[in-house]
Amino acid sequence: MDIHLSATEASPIERAAVDAALGPRDTRPPPRDRLLPALWAVQSRVGHIGEGALSYICERLDVPPAEAYSVASFYALFSLDPSAGQPLVAHVCDDIACRAAGAEQICARLETALGPPGTPTSDGRATWRRASCLGQCDRAPAALVMAAGSQPIERALAPVDPPALQTALRDGALSPATDAETATLPRIGGASLRLLRRVGRIDPTSLDDYRAHGGYEALRRAVRLGPDGVIREVVDAKLVGRGGAAFPTGRKWEAVAHAAARPHYLVCNADESEPGMFKDRVLMEHDPFAIIEAMTIAGYATGCEQGYVYVRGEYPLAFSRLRNAVAQAQAKGLLGDDVLGRGFRFDIEPRRGAGAYVCGEETALFSSIEGYRGEPRNRPPFPTQSGLFGRPTAVNNVETLVNVLEILREGGPAFAAIGTRDSTGTKLFCVSGRVDRPGVYEVPFGTTLRALLDLAGGLPAGRTLRAVLLGGAAGSVIPPEQVDMPLTFEAARARGVALGSGAVIVFDDTVDLRRILLRVAAFFRDESCGQCVPCRIGTVRQEELLERLVSGRPHSSVRDELALLADIGRAMRDASICGLGQTASTAVESAVRELKLFADGGDT
Amino acid sequence: MSVGPAAAPTGLVELTIDGQTVQVPEGSALLQACRARGVATPTVCYAENLTPVNVCRVCVVEVEGSRALVPACSRPVERGMVVHTDSERVRHSRRMVLELLASATDLSLAPEVEEHLRRYGGRPERFGPAAPPTPGADHRHTQAGHHRPTDGSTAATVTQPTLIDNELYVRDYSRCVLCYKCVEACGVDAQNTFAIAVAGRGFEARISTEFGLPLPDSACVYCGNCIGVCPTGALMFRSEHEMRRNGTWDETRQQRTDTICPYCGVGCTLTLHVQDGRIVKVSSPPEHDVAGGHLCIKGRFGWEFVQVLEDPAPASDR
Amino acid sequence: MLWGSNARETHPIFFHHVLRGLRNGARLYAVDPRRTTSAQWAHAWLGLQVGSDIALANAIGREIIAAGLANETFIARATAGFDEYRRCVDRYTLDYAQRETGVPAETIRELAHAYARADRAMICWTLGVTEHHNAVDTVLAIIDLALLTGHVGRYGSGLNPLRGQNNVQGGGDMGALPDRLPGFQHVEDDAARAKFERAWGVRIPPKRGWHLTGMFEAMERGDLTALYVIGENPAQSEADAGRAVRLLGGLGHLVVQDIFLTPTAELAHVVLPAAASWCECEGTVTSSERRVQRVRKALEPPGEARDDITIIRDLARRFGHNWGSPSAEDVWNELRSLSPIHAGMSYRRLEALGGLQWPCHDETHPGEQFLHGRLWEEPLRGPRTPFHAVLHEPPVDPVDDEFPIRLTTGRQLDSFNTGVQSGLYRSPLRHGETLQISPDDGRRYGALDGERVRVRSRRGAVEVSVHYEGTLRPGLAFMTLHFPDEVATNLLTIDAADPRSGTAEFKATAIRIEKIATSTDGAEG
Repeated sequence: MDIHLSATEASPIERAAVDAALGPRDTRPPPRDRLLPALWAVQSRVGHIGEGALSYICERLDVPPAEAYSVASFYALFSLDPSAGQPLVAHVCDDIACRAAGAEQICARLETALGPPGTPTSDGRATWRRASCLGQCDRAPAALVMAAGSQPIERALAPVDPPALQTALRDGALSPATDAETATLPRIGGASLRLLRRVGRIDPTSLDDYRAHGGYEALRRAVRLGPDGVIREVVDAKLVGRGGAAFPTGRKWEAVAHAAARPHYLVCNADESEPGMFKDRVLMEHDPFAIIEAMTIAGYATGCEQGYVYVRGEYPLAFSRLRNAVAQAQAKGLLGDDVLGRGFRFDIEPRRGAGAYVCGEETALFSSIEGYRGEPRNRPPFPTQSGLFGRPTAVNNVETLVNVLEILREGGPAFAAIGTRDSTGTKLFCVSGRVDRPGVYEVPFGTTLRALLDLAGGLPAGRTLRAVLLGGAAGSVIPPEQVDMPLTFEAARARGVALGSGAVIVFDDTVDLRRILLRVAAFFRDESCGQCVPCRIGTVRQEELLERLVSGRPHSSVRDELALLADIGRAMRDASICGLGQTASTAVESAVRELKLFADGGDT
Repeated sequence: MSVGPAAAPTGLVELTIDGQTVQVPEGSALLQACRARGVATPTVCYAENLTPVNVCRVCVVEVEGSRALVPACSRPVERGMVVHTDSERVRHSRRMVLELLASATDLSLAPEVEEHLRRYGGRPERFGPAAPPTPGADHRHTQAGHHRPTDGSTAATVTQPTLIDNELYVRDYSRCVLCYKCVEACGVDAQNTFAIAVAGRGFEARISTEFGLPLPDSACVYCGNCIGVCPTGALMFRSEHEMRRNGTWDETRQQRTDTICPYCGVGCTLTLHVQDGRIVKVSSPPEHDVAGGHLCIKGRFGWEFVQVLEDPAPASDR
Repeated sequence: MLWGSNARETHPIFFHHVLRGLRNGARLYAVDPRRTTSAQWAHAWLGLQVGSDIALANAIGREIIAAGLANETFIARATAGFDEYRRCVDRYTLDYAQRETGVPAETIRELAHAYARADRAMICWTLGVTEHHNAVDTVLAIIDLALLTGHVGRYGSGLNPLRGQNNVQGGGDMGALPDRLPGFQHVEDDAARAKFERAWGVRIPPKRGWHLTGMFEAMERGDLTALYVIGENPAQSEADAGRAVRLLGGLGHLVVQDIFLTPTAELAHVVLPAAASWCECEGTVTSSERRVQRVRKALEPPGEARDDITIIRDLARRFGHNWGSPSAEDVWNELRSLSPIHAGMSYRRLEALGGLQWPCHDETHPGEQFLHGRLWEEPLRGPRTPFHAVLHEPPVDPVDDEFPIRLTTGRQLDSFNTGVQSGLYRSPLRHGETLQISPDDGRRYGALDGERVRVRSRRGAVEVSVHYEGTLRPGLAFMTLHFPDEVATNLLTIDAADPRSGTAEFKATAIRIEKIATSTDGAEG
């Protein structure tokens, strides 16, 4: 390709970082899908991606600079502005659950001490920014601190200690020794836990420990059953995807296994970005080998030789634990050319997102892995026909895959006996907000929402329930009088709501729900990829309109504004390319409908 | 007699559009089927000579059994599909999409889009008065995932200063509907120069060179194919821009004549737009299969030698 | 295979089609001394030494034969002279070719195998092949490859010289060749000549004329004393421009018909101001793919300028012939009546179909996408097509210690030939003439990037700024001919021409770089 490179040269440090990520020069440039790792290499080394570094990446990859820039500028965790590219950045979550836990007070404090978001500290080495949900809702309020350098430090601070954060930003450094990582361990369930059975009980960095707790028995059973046998068990189990769409996993696997085009790819969607969700993080951080084993089984069943696990950029610990798990599995012959010595080939490459909710949408995720902007694709064709790199692809959520281990352990029919007829097995719910014990809870499908809230210790003493946001920002508001609904796909469908991937955010009477809705609207405006008109502009108009309603300054009458809100929502739902736009108005509209939030406004 | 490339025999697919049966070749998109049926389907991001990107969503139709509406421009026909192109649901989405576009973008040089807006009864003013441009707002420094707070009193727009950084093009992104056509024409669908791409995301997504560099510092080779496909006048010949500014641009006084480019032996058809005895613009008919609507810098701009320059200053002295 | 062609810049829209092919899985090989923007898209770049094309072509041919990849069936049924060809190329081993061309033997082998094994393969070339003293031999050596593999006369295969101007092909169509009448009918063919003589009512001299280089030689000898130049600027476009100007200036009578007062016109005794054929006249042009297309009048010509048909008609009248007032279509219809390959191309059809490719014998004929399909007909119709055994010969102007750098010339995207047309629009890409050399050579010869130097060849010298170009290899320099008023590149080039085509060896000049001592920078020099 006759690409035109920038006149600005990369620094030796930037070059070294890129070369480390891309390996030595060869006669052919590395494939385009190395773009995101190369961008990450520069971002974590110097704290921003400048013109020279981008140009050097382009030279190495034979990618036009305008395209590389278009990709880099898509992600929230990359900084392309040297003047704002401080080596140390604190991303402070002000999203739903953290807001309910006082995030605004923390932001106000930082603003007083350091200036508005993006202001560099006096030595220019650090700054802070507001962030959407970081997936630490059980330990809210949270911040993610990223310090670039030769030994980059990336760590979630949760709950965040404001004075400590301020000190770190002022000193421009974060000591690794202050790691206050507190595991989110299941507090309820004990011996009845299935998906969480090993979480908190094993050393997540040790393959031996994983094996000592039953690890790799499922893969052995899978190899005995053969690929068709595995798929049969998954079909019998009636397992459906846990990522939100609830598509039958067995059918998906069958379609990929039988697809004529080769190669096939397996993708584990670990881009858990829905506000209020953190269960996949807990699994990755505390039982990473389970995901590797389950992916290996899925790859075996569907005829994939290469798998990718795409982890959201805000989960540095989960990413490093998975990388470690992959390396250990490779070293022990559990991944590679001859898995288990049984003559099949399967390997896994962990990939890291860089701050884009839309990349949790499976086709956007493919684009992101491939080194393009994380823009969703139109369907058809479906991923099982044309997915990653245009090949048949099985894409499964983390929790879905871990369920496969249970299915192989006890058999499909036994698995199907748990839960309800149409929602089999157990489900992980992420309970956060105003409850006594936020965390991940594993319950059989069919448990009521009320029972789940009780498991989490109920509301703080003296508080009354105002609403539950079920399914996160893309979910629906459940009013108090409906908390006896059973948590099943069919019950949710019957009520016109979606279970989503299992976020349960609880609000009591102290929370200003209208502000929460504004935050949801701002979230979608920030996270829209911008590709299709209804979502790109609709999310902006939705936020503007809500601002008017919340501030009591409607353009015409509240009734007209609500009608316009409904018009916008309907067009986003009907005409957007992907699930992001199609659900961007769900929470807002359900809140307006169920809680009559703006009904008292009257005409003005 | 010449022999064409071996093409797989294509069968016909029968489907129903607005209650009428239509047969079209396998692999056609719904848009072709609609056109074959004589159903006027509005489009913004679709062009015959570009790969459909289905981003504007103006052409959405209702397909029975499909949860969301589907874009006619890119959805392949299937046997037995039942399609509604004028249901209340379709009209609602089309109207909304056009209203949203019109509320955020200057469409005054996009008569076709404005016509669609009229057809669907769009009232973009429903979203309130357009926000004044934010002074000093620089898209280049917009961090993905962040936006300026709004109080909702005005409707945000993509208004921004016009970019004039070279002698041939003007880029007025206040008119940009982000249809991706220019990116496609600069990229794999024609020129393969990749000087521009969509940068940023969400409402801050914009067409940009790397780091927003001026065109002369970018990979741009001034083929003008981006101008050729731009549906809203966001990209324009500098000569047209200046005539419009001076109030001398008058399409009613323009004749269009097709001829062959005087440079090289490829034989690209040029459409000369002549006003008052002077060439004011050159385009290329998309249906002509030599150039497919695209040209190079010489064909697009190299015609000044047949008319005396009003300002005979040499090209930029860079 | 793109051979001596930087189509990315000189035929950009053709290259769009190439790129579409690449996206559909085609392979591209670029043969060019420079790693051009076209070569940067290729699967392999064969960066041969300037003028070593025949060595390369013969080595490819030898490798195809040696590897058993020659299309023996096609050779046996449709060609002649294969045995002589095989003997001729036998000494062009890959090792020999690597030494002569500088292209790694493995790359030559890869290309030979890829070309021979391809279902469909095409070779396109431009002036990198034809601006050499042995241009015709080089073209024949390339044609041999197509005969060897049968990549000719079928859809998607073939041999394509990419024409550099919108009507080079059309000029040939109309008989603007020393030995041809319109429709490529040979002037020495009595029957063809008789047909034209009947139609025109004049006697046509039964022998071929001179090509351009032959004309200059005749001027030198004093055999040619009067010249009528239509739409050419030889004072600037000829190699060894100093000699060209001297000879043109010495003519007894020079008439120039042009849209500009070119430096050639400035030498003329009579200048006939012409209209621009593509926008101030009606007519046709013929493209590289033999597609005849209409050009149309969109503008009135300025001042006293008139279209070529009118000028020639009036000239005829002064000579005592009344041709009436023929329109462009009248002239075209006369051509159709005399040239069988154009017979089916009425203006009506050209309008309706957007052009037609010849041969087009009657008004029901759709035209032909490619030629030479007869070679595949069973039984073979017409004569066998011959191989030509040709030998490699280095360029005439040798590189030595005194003139150590090989200068090659060419075109750039935004400009055209001597810049008469392209110089007048405001191209942001145009930065004037430079001497492009590799940074290594810059250091070796002490020429800084941007420094103004004198470039000297055995014929002349020019002053020009140095531009470091990373895609050039050491020992190779590049200049354009777009800015002759500023830097007369053709003062350097050699007028050694191919005896058959008459084209000069613009592509191979030996030069050296000299410092310019000035009062301001003399201290450095």
